[in-house]
Amino acid sequence: MPSVKIPRKSTDTDMTPFVDIAFLILSFFIMATKFKPPEPVEIKTPGSVSSKELPPDDAILMTIDTANRVYFTVLAEKDKSIFDDVLKKVGTIRSLTFTNDQIATYRKTYAVGVPFSQLNSLLDMDPENQNPGTQPGIPVMDSVDNQLVSWIQAAKQVYAERQRKLKYLIKGDGESKYPTFEAVISALKKNDEFKFNLVTALEDAPTGSAMDKAIRKGIKIE
Amino acid sequence: MASIDSGGGDGGHKKGPGVKKAKKLSTRVDMTPMVDLGFLLITFFVFTATMSSPKAMDLRMPKDVKDSTQQNEAKESGALTIMLGKGNQVYYYEGKLDESASNFKSATWKEIRDEIIDKKKRVMEKHQHDYNYPESECKKRQQKAKEDKNPDWQDACLDRDFVVIIKPSQDATYKNTVDILDEMKINQVKTYAMVKIFPQEYELIQATEKNNPNLK
Repeated sequence: MPSVKIPRKSTDTDMTPFVDIAFLILSFFIMATKFKPPEPVEIKTPGSVSSKELPPDDAILMTIDTANRVYFTVLAEKDKSIFDDVLKKVGTIRSLTFTNDQIATYRKTYAVGVPFSQLNSLLDMDPENQNPGTQPGIPVMDSVDNQLVSWIQAAKQVYAERQRKLKYLIKGDGESKYPTFEAVISALKKNDEFKFNLVTALEDAPTGSAMDKAIRKGIKIE
Repeated sequence: MASIDSGGGDGGHKKGPGVKKAKKLSTRVDMTPMVDLGFLLITFFVFTATMSSPKAMDLRMPKDVKDSTQQNEAKESGALTIMLGKGNQVYYYEGKLDESASNFKSATWKEIRDEIIDKKKRVMEKHQHDYNYPESECKKRQQKAKEDKNPDWQDACLDRDFVVIIKPSQDATYKNTVDILDEMKINQVKTYAMVKIFPQEYELIQATEKNNPNLK
């Protein structure tokens, strides 16, 4: 009986196209990835249907974390000298003095979350050790001495001198309580600022809602 | 495996006797480690990629006025007051709060949306026939709706009396506050205000919460 010879096929598949695609995806992700800037504390922002882009620069950011602590950050990557001026200005308002080293440290400080009494010692620390999670937060709940008012005032003055527009961002954790948010707003109000942006994550408008219908009809929504 | 083969076979021709054939080295390079590394990088970038950038929501607050005569009064017929309590609970009443608080109701988030839509509809129905309301504010609204290419631009003024008053209580979370502001946008409520809660209203919320001890 003649035996049927099954031709041996190589199990070696040509993986070149597969690898090509893999590297294509890799290059896409390398290009598309934008690394998150270091955040003082992990903030889980609530969602909203608002699709407005966040101003990336020339803004001050007030962060409220889960434990209702408030942090103050100046966002001015393009012009670092703003940091120095804001710190000097806040020093004038609060009659504090800072050494040159402390001013240099402030440039690298991502967020300030301490009362003014502790500001000097915070700036004596190496920026890498200023773990915002261990900071007590800026005292805002005291309506007589809401310290955030001075920070906003300083930033506002610095930007007014440069004749540049300053934006106000509030980034709150969804779990934080309303009174803290209200205190932050009242600090802004005391500086005669009534328009600000809340940082949110994008959500779709629910189907069938008035906004959804307006979008479908092509009506502009502000 | 993935590799480059640039002809390592016997493609050379005989040079004649005596000529020693140079030993052909294979140019096949093992690319397995490179591909491994490639996939490792892919996984890394896939995990770290942040595709959705944060968005901003506009919020305008009114200036604090001490003089109560300068404050805007909301029309009772078109006012809806929404209060935010503990544990994602929403409370609301229409118009003015009764002496006996009989129109004080509690709701869930789904119900509050229906209530806003319903109330808006009822307010708009009341004004169905006076399209040519002479007030300049009204004309402005219609003009704006026209510019926004709204086919129902004539109706833009119908909901002029509809005002939502938002009163977050001390126990409300920031998320709830943003959610209710978002709800205004979703339902296209044009006039709304965020106001401090009255002590009387807060007591009512607390009394309701007492009956529901599971709230956190």
